[in-house]
Amino acid sequence: MSFNRYILIYRESDAGVDKNENLFDAFMKELGEKDPSNSVQVVDAVMNGKADPDSTLVKIIPDNIYFKCKDPVDAIKIVDDFIIKNNPVKKLEAAANNIQYRIVLRNCGVIDPENINEYIAREGYSALEKVLFDMTPDEVIAEIKKSGLRGRGGAGFPTGNKWAFTQQAVGDVKYVVCNADEGDPGAYMDRSTLEGDPNSIIEAMAIAGYAVGASKGYIYIRAEYPLAIKRLEIAISQATEMGLMGKNIMGSDFSFEIEIRYGAGAFVCGEETALLASLQGERGMPKPRPPFPAVKGLWGKPTVINNVETLANIPVIIIKGSDWFNRIGTEKSKGTKVFAVTGKVKNSGLVEVPMGTTLRDIIFTVSGGIGNNRKFKAVQTGGPSGGVIPEKFLDTPIDYENLVALGSMMGSGGMIVMDEDDCMVDVNKFYLQFSVDESCGKCAPCRLGGRQLLTYLQDIAKGNGDLKDIDKMKRIGNAMQKASLCGLGQTTSNPIQSALKYFYDEYEEHIVHKKCRAGKCLELLTYTINPEKCSRCGICKRVCPASAISGDRESGFAIDNAVCIKCGECYNRCKFDAIDRG
Amino acid sequence: MSKLNREQFRSLREKLKAVNEQQTEIIVGLGSCGIAAGAARTFDAFQKEIKAKSLTGVVLRRTGCMGLCASEPTVEIKVPGMADIIYGWVTPEVARDIVQKHVMRQILVSNCIQDKTFKDILKEGE
Repeated sequence: MSFNRYILIYRESDAGVDKNENLFDAFMKELGEKDPSNSVQVVDAVMNGKADPDSTLVKIIPDNIYFKCKDPVDAIKIVDDFIIKNNPVKKLEAAANNIQYRIVLRNCGVIDPENINEYIAREGYSALEKVLFDMTPDEVIAEIKKSGLRGRGGAGFPTGNKWAFTQQAVGDVKYVVCNADEGDPGAYMDRSTLEGDPNSIIEAMAIAGYAVGASKGYIYIRAEYPLAIKRLEIAISQATEMGLMGKNIMGSDFSFEIEIRYGAGAFVCGEETALLASLQGERGMPKPRPPFPAVKGLWGKPTVINNVETLANIPVIIIKGSDWFNRIGTEKSKGTKVFAVTGKVKNSGLVEVPMGTTLRDIIFTVSGGIGNNRKFKAVQTGGPSGGVIPEKFLDTPIDYENLVALGSMMGSGGMIVMDEDDCMVDVNKFYLQFSVDESCGKCAPCRLGGRQLLTYLQDIAKGNGDLKDIDKMKRIGNAMQKASLCGLGQTTSNPIQSALKYFYDEYEEHIVHKKCRAGKCLELLTYTINPEKCSRCGICKRVCPASAISGDRESGFAIDNAVCIKCGECYNRCKFDAIDRG
Repeated sequence: MSKLNREQFRSLREKLKAVNEQQTEIIVGLGSCGIAAGAARTFDAFQKEIKAKSLTGVVLRRTGCMGLCASEPTVEIKVPGMADIIYGWVTPEVARDIVQKHVMRQILVSNCIQDKTFKDILKEGE
């Protein structure tokens, strides 16, 4: 017995295997009659995206054709016409869900990151070879400029221009720095890229060095990424051994070496001037710009600083050309963007899509939407520097400008999805606490403003807020945006400003009605037992960890709110919905 | 290895590009996300099972994150003449199942096949 064809019946990742039982049986029955040699296997498979509510996706391999099946009759048709007679069944055919397009992650999950030969077999170091022997530094910069590549670290500055400024700057020594200090909560694109394809970053740094006239590069990486560091070290030593790094690369006149420096985990060190200070062994604090690092950077020398994801694009642009890259994306934002989709989505993961893809496609089509029968509420892009985007803007095509217009930002690519169980005040409090903790304290707007905003939020969450506070918060936020020294302070208030814009009613509820609809702000919650629904089973009393519930099966039960710790255990365990949360 | 010049690099690249189409590959995602989900144990299980069944022509490889974080550990199986298949939630038990069914008898293992939703830009062009 051997199979030469397979029918994959897809279900959503949280659906049970028995969901497609009818279809499965229909296929088996029909195949049993029409395929006596037993050459087709029917198997259950899992999709990452969201299923169509009234049909099931079926894939035939090796033909690689998808069908949509509504009922068992469709299964019979597919077996009879497609499998047995090899006729197309156009009516049932479905488009493949391949909106992902992997440039940055081209080698992640494909090659062995600890074996440089596998990278070379997939055009690795070919871009470096091309620039060293067939292109002048000016041509390299022109090519990157023409590609329209913009910095993927968040602000979106054109990479080609950055390189050109560094090249034109006067200096005997110049440096290339890779910013691998990925610190946003929920973002891990750069870690995965470094762990999966370290050689691409090294190659890109050498290309940058050749273009700007630098022979030394530094990778500033978080010490919390031990595996990424290990794989980078292996890649650097293998490349150096083969003459692809170090002195006279591939026999040319160009030499380039790379050193790895560890960051100690300060968020502000992702800001380029603070990063350079930390790299020099000083305390990681930002400096006013100008002078920009391109003119006066590491040890006062012209320095080009690029983020991991930006660099990962470089070798492909050189090999395939700027025209190819230029065709992907939107008018002002070219290429792709990697997002780390986390939070309340069914299938969290790394997603790389062309710029201009909608948030809805990323959250629902690729990541499967929200689980547990909850509704989508908002998505936070750009981590603590970004803002929340509500449902009505989910169809906005993603690019740098559109996200800023919505009050958020591209950021490095963390995308945290929230559902109805998340409270906006609580989420804002979390991000603000993060920004306050990570503020370096150098400039007053960030140091004092952040603390003030946090105090207001804490009051609101406790029910001590005042509607006048909202106005004050907006003013403090605006002042921080204008007067802070670096991006951290300038963007600290973004989550609050956007939440006030899109979820003002929730703030109002907390302040005026002292209510938290998501049940997250504990001090606004009270639990009471509704005697009419209560069946006096007593489970609430048994599960209460604080012994806050008194009574017995004769007289009924009551919660003492002075003792209650608002854990919600009774609420979750009651089978009769007899516990009210308000 | 001695330092390569341009010509040597080019000939090495061409040599490496000529992949062996006749071997079966088992590729385990060993990024930190995979390892945290137990991919190292999965890798060991494959190693032992390949040895126990004395399989030849089967290569066990390591790679980075495939991006399917929700279904780690993830494993891709390439059997000559068969479509490439990605499995999710590959525990050591599933690993043994994959070797015995998919690798040895070309029978797919139910319940954990994932959808591969992206193309290889280096191989399939645009």
